[in-house]
Amino acid sequence: MAEEDTGYVRPLPELQGFSKDFYEWCRKHELRFQRCSDCGAWRHVPREMCAGCGSWRWEWSRSSGRGSLFTWTVVVRAMHPAFEADVPLAPAVIEMEEGVRLLSQVVDCRPDELEIGMPVEVVFDDVTAEITLPKFRRLRS
Amino acid sequence: MKDQACIVGIGETAYVRRPGSGMSLLRLQLQAAVRAIEDAGLDGARIDGLMPFPNLGSAEAFAANLGCENLRYAATIHMGGAAPVASVEAAATAVIAGIASYVLIPAGWNGYSGARARQTVAADAASMPGGEIARDYYLPHGLTAPPQWYSLMARRHMHEYGTRPEQLGAIAVAMRKHAQLNPRAVMHGRPMSLDDYLASPMLADPYRLFDCCLETDGAAAALVTTPERARDLDKKPVYIMAAASGQPYPADEITNRKDIFKTGLTIAAPEAFARAGIGAADVDFAQIYDCFTFEVLQQIEETGFCKRGEGGAFVEGGRIELGGELPVNTHGGLLSEAHVLGMNHIVEAVRQLRGDAGERQVENAEIGVVTGWGDFGDGSIAVLRR
Repeated sequence: MAEEDTGYVRPLPELQGFSKDFYEWCRKHELRFQRCSDCGAWRHVPREMCAGCGSWRWEWSRSSGRGSLFTWTVVVRAMHPAFEADVPLAPAVIEMEEGVRLLSQVVDCRPDELEIGMPVEVVFDDVTAEITLPKFRRLRS
Repeated sequence: MKDQACIVGIGETAYVRRPGSGMSLLRLQLQAAVRAIEDAGLDGARIDGLMPFPNLGSAEAFAANLGCENLRYAATIHMGGAAPVASVEAAATAVIAGIASYVLIPAGWNGYSGARARQTVAADAASMPGGEIARDYYLPHGLTAPPQWYSLMARRHMHEYGTRPEQLGAIAVAMRKHAQLNPRAVMHGRPMSLDDYLASPMLADPYRLFDCCLETDGAAAALVTTPERARDLDKKPVYIMAAASGQPYPADEITNRKDIFKTGLTIAAPEAFARAGIGAADVDFAQIYDCFTFEVLQQIEETGFCKRGEGGAFVEGGRIELGGELPVNTHGGLLSEAHVLGMNHIVEAVRQLRGDAGERQVENAEIGVVTGWGDFGDGSIAVLRR
């Protein structure tokens, strides 16, 4: 799925179903997650139903964009050819203030600067004309 | 369920890396299947149940080659590496219920000479557990391969409980030691020290090269029937005291688990021990699915061999080595024998309980546990006795 115009070679999400909605908000530089319209529970990844209360009703609610680093790995040897030029690369799990977690990256630190619990905030990386990936940087207080 | 089903046949191919098995995926698994059937003293025509590993073979193809003219039970458990042990559970229920008489469970692959782990996701994102979730939310950020996704859990365990690299190393060293007593092991004749472990290159921090299982070619198989039928067969049966399986929650997404150490085994292990009527302390050895070192530690905790958080201390000091309190992976495991999808763990457990393990025989082995782990933390466990 390389985008020839940008030369971006890494795998991209498919803009289908819920992922289309999630990434369209990202393209507008807004991080939104599903939130149950009945019990108010936030959820990620997107799901059809609220597993807590059984409701089918939900909305895309805007996240504060702030969270903390829950865990990470450091990919030292790429196990996918598209990331060979990017190692060391640190896919990281961010726990948002709303309670949901998402897999992303912290862009302004080297892997050896990462610490569990480190406060972070969302930034948006427009990797192609269609796709913006939510990433994170250290929270500036 | 207790003791109403048993394993009566086991079979293995050679386990190899370079230059590879030289066999097709099907032929390789058929070779192991035929050996399991012969081991039992049975005939392919009598096999009426088949449980192939997910995406590695069809019951139809096995049946057509083995001459299973009266196949009446064909099923595949979609739990990745937890599938073979979960299949033992399903096969036991099938023979107990009378919906099949002899169920064959084959598994194997050309994991070295065929498509390698690092190539499969690049070729087909849907091959990752989680499917579209992984494609849309993990792959774009570079989380693409098993050592990466499981090392997220390992780091968190290190943070919460102070688990150290040397403790992960103790697991790798124990498996390698056992492989020195197993001529079939790919790592036979290649001993490894803790220093060798610590010097191995980092792949997905905190996982080094020697935290990771081998990639090998090979297949294994096991045959399940009832004790009544076993009387007419060649081998003394190994009884299935209990078997159970379970899933983490959510099973298709690894980042949003409230308790990230709660996996399928957390649910399955207490159930299996309750059905078997024994406790973890009664177990003489454990063959634990060792895709990576931390998964062994985590499964030791979740099976209840020690408390959560105490796994690091538990695996040290030779406790999981032959002669220790709980010998683990007496064949060398996926880490040092071969990656046969955990089917080799079942085979080794049966061999130990038959008293056929030679130099690596656990003395007076009466009860053994086998676990399976796969697909982001699905779990399975079988409690076996001689």
